[in-house]
Amino acid sequence: MTGILSLVTFAPMVGVVAILAMRLFAPKADEAAVANSSRWIAMAVTLATFALSILPILAFKPAQTGMQFVEDLTWFAGVHYQMGVDGISVLFVLLTTFLMPLAILASWKSIGNRVAEYMICFLVLETLMIGVFCAMDLVLFYVFFEGGLIPMFLIIGIWGGKNRVYAAYKFFLYTLAGSVLMLAAILTMAGIAHTTSIPALTAYHFAPGLQIWLWLAFFASFAVKMPMWPVHTWLPDAHVEAPTAGSVILAGVLLKMGGYGFLRFSLPMFPYASTYFTPLIFAMSAIAIVYTSLVAFRQTDMKKLIAYSSVAHMGFVTMGIFSGNLQGVQGAIFQMLSHGVISGALFLCVGVIYDRMHTREIAFYGGLVNRMPWYAAVFMLFTMGNVGLPGTSGFVGEFLTMTGAYGASTTTALFAATGVILSAVYALSLYRRVVFGELVNPKLAAITDLDWREVVIFAPLIFGALALGVYPHFITGVTQASVNHLIDLWRAGAGG
Amino acid sequence: MTFEGALSIALPELILSIGALALLALGAFLGNKSTRLIASGAGLVLVVAAAAAVLGPRGAAFHGGFVQDAAAVYSKVVIYLISAVGILLGEPWLKRVKNSRFEYPVLILLAALGMGMMASAGDLISSYIGVELQSLALYVMAAFQRDDSKASEAGLKYFILGALSSGILLYGASLIYGFAGSTRFVDISAAVHAGAGTGVIFGVVFLMCGIAFKASAAPFHMWTPDVYEGAPTPVVAFMTAAPKMAALVLFARVLENGFPGAVKQWSQVLIAIAIISMVWGAFAGLAQKNLKRLWAYSSIANVGYALVGLSTGTQEGVQSMLVFMTLYLIDVTGFFACLTALSRDGRPMEKFEDMAGLMKERPGIALCMTAFALSGLGLPPFSGFWGKVYVFKAAADANLGWLAALGLLSSVVAAFYYLRLIKTMWFDPPAGRTDAAPMDARGVAFAAAAFSFPVVLPALALLDPLSRAAASAFGLN
Repeated sequence: MTGILSLVTFAPMVGVVAILAMRLFAPKADEAAVANSSRWIAMAVTLATFALSILPILAFKPAQTGMQFVEDLTWFAGVHYQMGVDGISVLFVLLTTFLMPLAILASWKSIGNRVAEYMICFLVLETLMIGVFCAMDLVLFYVFFEGGLIPMFLIIGIWGGKNRVYAAYKFFLYTLAGSVLMLAAILTMAGIAHTTSIPALTAYHFAPGLQIWLWLAFFASFAVKMPMWPVHTWLPDAHVEAPTAGSVILAGVLLKMGGYGFLRFSLPMFPYASTYFTPLIFAMSAIAIVYTSLVAFRQTDMKKLIAYSSVAHMGFVTMGIFSGNLQGVQGAIFQMLSHGVISGALFLCVGVIYDRMHTREIAFYGGLVNRMPWYAAVFMLFTMGNVGLPGTSGFVGEFLTMTGAYGASTTTALFAATGVILSAVYALSLYRRVVFGELVNPKLAAITDLDWREVVIFAPLIFGALALGVYPHFITGVTQASVNHLIDLWRAGAGG
Repeated sequence: MTFEGALSIALPELILSIGALALLALGAFLGNKSTRLIASGAGLVLVVAAAAAVLGPRGAAFHGGFVQDAAAVYSKVVIYLISAVGILLGEPWLKRVKNSRFEYPVLILLAALGMGMMASAGDLISSYIGVELQSLALYVMAAFQRDDSKASEAGLKYFILGALSSGILLYGASLIYGFAGSTRFVDISAAVHAGAGTGVIFGVVFLMCGIAFKASAAPFHMWTPDVYEGAPTPVVAFMTAAPKMAALVLFARVLENGFPGAVKQWSQVLIAIAIISMVWGAFAGLAQKNLKRLWAYSSIANVGYALVGLSTGTQEGVQSMLVFMTLYLIDVTGFFACLTALSRDGRPMEKFEDMAGLMKERPGIALCMTAFALSGLGLPPFSGFWGKVYVFKAAADANLGWLAALGLLSSVVAAFYYLRLIKTMWFDPPAGRTDAAPMDARGVAFAAAAFSFPVVLPALALLDPLSRAAASAFGLN
């Protein structure tokens, strides 16, 4: 199975080449025909990538703690092209390839101009996102991690809403500012340890004083990416302006890179600093959960509301990661994967009515259940998932992270529990205001229920949210050995 | 060493000078109609000189005044080839603006000769000869459009400030000679080692100011935006590329060969110049509306990054500077090739608003410019990122991690203007039709963009050992 990871990572590039070749060899082709074939190419390629990405899951040996399917080629100056996955990253690869065809399908009708470029952006983005989770060399990781800014900048800036340029700049510059500090730390580490291989760096013991600085530099990048309070302000803007599919990928995958970074780098490489800064993370998580939940409640724009709720949910993730026990870390990983499915689905729910009415104002809607019963049911399911209703995947993640945090800091767990109640407040009130009540706005009188395309988009997401809620072992079974290994590494190095 | 032996070491210089004079005579004889012939000949001479540098003998000649080592060969190959590209861009452009003159390729040959001398300098006199030869050729080239008042202004400004900086450089050289008793770097190094005193340090600071001026490092950058704005675009493509490489190699020559015992002193000065260049290049660029001016500030910032590598005083630092500059030269040549290729109703497109919606109008060139902007921003996987990785890794290894962090943060500020160019080309509605883009400039732009990504990825595996061998010629550790 050697080579499978590169195959999965670069499979979307086949689509890019195909679309470019089409443009190059048929420059006079009719705009609509080009758009349509681009859509089909992107769809076929993302589906094929998804199929390919199932292979490593099937062949994965969960009991093994190290990297699997390792590829290693010497590149230059000590940098290697090194790929590999462990129990944690293999699932994120699957999440990415799972969401991608849905994102393409969601843009089928809503994106009408420059479709070929749009699909190229998404396919490039997919390669870079998979690469982030597979890279086992720090420099290679950084290349994938930073490279993702370009297609996302274009997606927000070209196909976004009214204020798209501002949002695109804000997204790019915030993330870049965080990331360059990480680059400085990477270069420092490479100079000291004389390697950029992630497994080798994990085994290397950095001096405690240095760990503090390196941890802070990595933290700057991941905290912005997550995003954690108080550097979360780019996210609502980016979400509101991005097209629906962009929001899905942003919330579903890009945010998870921050949490993945904490798990892959901060904890095992800087165990002393991670212990040192745990109170800070707990405080920031608690503030994020409570504060952004309250902010979410006050929003008048649906996408903004869900964006703030994402920040709150990411608070659970950071809290779980730094609780330092099996439940907490497992819960954090679970929460990230589940949030990828549920928040992606929620943005799609907004997209459904936005495509019809071209507004996201909550006040514009009301009484949709009368005209769109199926939509109301789907939206209800994901709202409940967002709140953390038992039976949905949202419950498992929140429950595990809180159990984990309870063992580490009762106060933080207390705040987080308040956050669960608050999430019910904002999510249910959003649902009530949009779906229930009388249908008073005359413009809504002719709104139609889900069509077949939308049903096809939501079906796998519904399955995912429920299946993971009922049988969480699918995830925890894969991650357990890796998580135990990670926690051992942290405990062993925490003394400094 | 016999005279013949010395001449064979200086074979590339010999080829260039004889070639330049022969072509000049030929041009005077045949007139301006022969420009294309002269240009092809000049290109050939440059390629032959590069080959001679690679294949020819190495060593020190003329009592150590001329050094042909791995570093000199590396720099010369880069300088000669990029100069050949300068001819490729400039000659057809001059023909289009009906100012085709055979002197242009000859001037580039002479400038390349001077830059090669700078890269091979083994004492203060030969460095000064190299600096002046390239400067004089560049002054003329800046004012080559002699009927254009802006170009004349650019040439005059460049000349006056350049003469001033040459004066500073000479003053520094005379101080060094006075206190060290020799103009040869080897002897100066020995004198510094034996404790030549503060006078030499004074001299080297003056010398550094002079070279910083030639490299357009802040705070000696004042001429750069004005000259770039006024000079013809293909000339700017040439001026931003090769001379900067030569000036930085000369920096390495003077400081690493002449003053290895005073690293502590000169590295402070270099760090200060590097910081001012990076920060000023980033912030001042924010206010620019003209792309040529903007890229002038961008080049100031980039010279700052290269100086970060040099200021470490290590072999890794010199190597990082060489790699950084090589990648940067290709990028910047490509960018100005794009600007050369673009015009609207016969007028060059140089302002931000001219680029609006270029992605719809000229997707090929817009994609190239996007690649150069991202590369300048330092975003992976483009070549500019790898240059920065080299430079800042060298800094981090030399315990200058804070300098690396500062440089990276300044690149975030600069990111704004690179993004603005991308935003203008991709997001804004088109500003109107452009004229047909000439093949030559387009070809250079495409080739440079292809190098920026993806060719750079395999190319680094080749460039890394070559540049390391070049840097090891300085005998540092």
